[in-house]
Amino acid sequence: MLSVTNLHVEVGGKPILKGLSLEVPAGEVHAIMGPNGAGKSTLSYTLAGREGYEVTQGAASLNGEDLFALEANERAAKGLFLSFQYPLEIPGVPSLTFIRTALNAQRKARGEDEIGAPAFLKLAREKAASLKIDFDMLKRPLNVGFSGGEKKRMEIFQMAMLSPKFLILDETDSGLDIDALRIVSEGVNDLRSPERGMLVITHYQRLLDYIKPDRVHVLAAGKIVASGGPELALELEETGYDRFSQVAA
Amino acid sequence: MAAVKKTIDQVEQLETYEHGFVTDIAQDFAPRGLSEDIVRFISAKKEEPEWMLQWRLEAYARWLQMEEPDWAKVEYVKVDYQNLYYYAAPSQKVGPMSLDEVDPELLKTYAKLGIPLREQEVLAGVQGAPRYAVDAVFDSVSVVTTFKKELAQVGVIFCSFSEAVREHPELVKRYLGSVVPTTDNYFACLNCAVFSDGSFVYIPPGVRCPMELSTYFRINAQETGQFERTLIIADKGSYVSYLEGCTAPQRDENQLHAAVVELVALDDAEIKYSTVQNWYPGDADGKGGIYNFVTKRADCRGVRSKVSWTQVETGSAVTWKYPSCILRGDESVGEFYSIAITNGRQQADTGTKMIHLGKNTRSRIISKGISAGNSSNTYRGLVSAHAKATGARNFTQCDSLLIGNTCAAHTVPYVEARNASAKFEHEATTTRLSDDQLFYVMQRGLSREEAVQLLVNGFVREVLQELPMEFAVEAQKLVAISLEGSVG
Repeated sequence: MLSVTNLHVEVGGKPILKGLSLEVPAGEVHAIMGPNGAGKSTLSYTLAGREGYEVTQGAASLNGEDLFALEANERAAKGLFLSFQYPLEIPGVPSLTFIRTALNAQRKARGEDEIGAPAFLKLAREKAASLKIDFDMLKRPLNVGFSGGEKKRMEIFQMAMLSPKFLILDETDSGLDIDALRIVSEGVNDLRSPERGMLVITHYQRLLDYIKPDRVHVLAAGKIVASGGPELALELEETGYDRFSQVAA
Repeated sequence: MAAVKKTIDQVEQLETYEHGFVTDIAQDFAPRGLSEDIVRFISAKKEEPEWMLQWRLEAYARWLQMEEPDWAKVEYVKVDYQNLYYYAAPSQKVGPMSLDEVDPELLKTYAKLGIPLREQEVLAGVQGAPRYAVDAVFDSVSVVTTFKKELAQVGVIFCSFSEAVREHPELVKRYLGSVVPTTDNYFACLNCAVFSDGSFVYIPPGVRCPMELSTYFRINAQETGQFERTLIIADKGSYVSYLEGCTAPQRDENQLHAAVVELVALDDAEIKYSTVQNWYPGDADGKGGIYNFVTKRADCRGVRSKVSWTQVETGSAVTWKYPSCILRGDESVGEFYSIAITNGRQQADTGTKMIHLGKNTRSRIISKGISAGNSSNTYRGLVSAHAKATGARNFTQCDSLLIGNTCAAHTVPYVEARNASAKFEHEATTTRLSDDQLFYVMQRGLSREEAVQLLVNGFVREVLQELPMEFAVEAQKLVAISLEGSVG
């Protein structure tokens, strides 16, 4: 599914990722943990195609498709979704309008028919109910004046509506209280399927109590320095990242 | 590589301004230049009565004494007033005509621009198709006005200005120049002397105009100034919604457009005036384009009268325009909703004036400026309350959006309150279209151009909602086209 090989990335001329390799097969959830400044967000931005993240070496593919040959929107149409750590506010654009525009842009890129309004609204009502989102909120401009928790819930809602093939969750747990964390995690778990892969980027083990990973990787100083089963996350919680920082250095 | 890029730019330019074609048609011109004789020539061409000629001549004499204003934040090569043509008209007879008498080339032009001139076609059109009356002005004359009979049945007068001077002199005499005095400003004064044609609207007391009225202005002739004049009178308790649209061919030289629009709203009357301005903006290097130096003013003369200006300004090389409201009647209301977009080397200095004279008058200003390319976009506004305007209220919101880092946005608000009970609120923001937002929207599947369009549409949504429905859709497209190629 997702395959990253020897990835080197510079931001503003400064090397951040220094030979990162990663394989996430379909149907699996992998967690990436690591200290501040390890390059976690750089990895998610690079995979999603943000400008200013310069790939100097290495490759990444999704279902065999070379990601770096595609624009950000083309990657989205191929099924890559990034849930942002800090979702942006889009003034004047109602949430539903935004999502429908995005969905139809993706469908068009894939050569599919646009989704009609009735079918779209029906789907939106279903997904909103399961994420406990008030339908009226979807008529408000996207994320404008939303609380941190509401913004994160909206990310998961968008994800559910767009039904991507591969999800990257960048610090989805930050800024969430315990109830919101539970709702968001349930939303993510509902999307788990044998065809779908997920990369969960997080600081803390807490989120992984709710979204159980198949594999855990430790990212330090621009590389994966350790990989293991879910127990690795618990271990990290006790011992911290210090020993890995030393390994990387 | 550079050549390829240049070609792409040129092609883009061609696609960007889709109304840039020229209609090849026999036209009558006045001799080049400006003099008293030219003023007489125009008046004679229009078979005007003596009082109209005298009014023009007085204005011309006053104009000679005036100086061109230079306070606006725009720079341009000054107009050589002696090198212009002041009258250009398709060779045809004066006065109202049936469509069969109109040159087919002209009809083709309007068809190409998507302006419905054939009533029966409009009437026979698919359900929900826009149904509105049109006055089509081509260079200096009105070609045709539709739905006149149907409007006349309810007493609404909708005709070309020239026809109004001939057919309704008492109304023209009473209201002409009563809102914008002859010597108001340099360009308005010039217009008084040489104005060619435009629209005249009178809504009788208590009548709600049964359809949207619109005027479509087309500049076609070369080196010709366009000086149209519009006068709308809404008598007591009446309502009218009026829209103007404008386009011009792509030409290398700058062309002057100096219009005057006067609106009069009597007791309890309401006028909604919408503009979608799409004059040729010049090319990417700033060559050619229209100088849009326009005076638009409404007099809310009656108690509880209301005037609402909505403008979508996307064209013109240089814009100098301040649609304003004089809130004379007690409890009268003035509104100004504006979207001004500049791209390439366009310059716009636009805004409004809300002059509160009556008691408990209210005004509302929502201005959205978008600058891209190497353009400059200035909001200039005045809100003032007279000593007697107790309880006057204003709310102003000016938002500027910058796309790229070679454009400029300026906000110049003036506020004068001469009595302590006036309440004025002013909010202003300037934001740059952020890379973060663009990336976020693209990550959800929209291309860069689509992402910019979505963000810009969100930014201007509040104002687009004020436009009549048929035109809101058109305006939205226009906004998108104007900003094409603004992000690289």
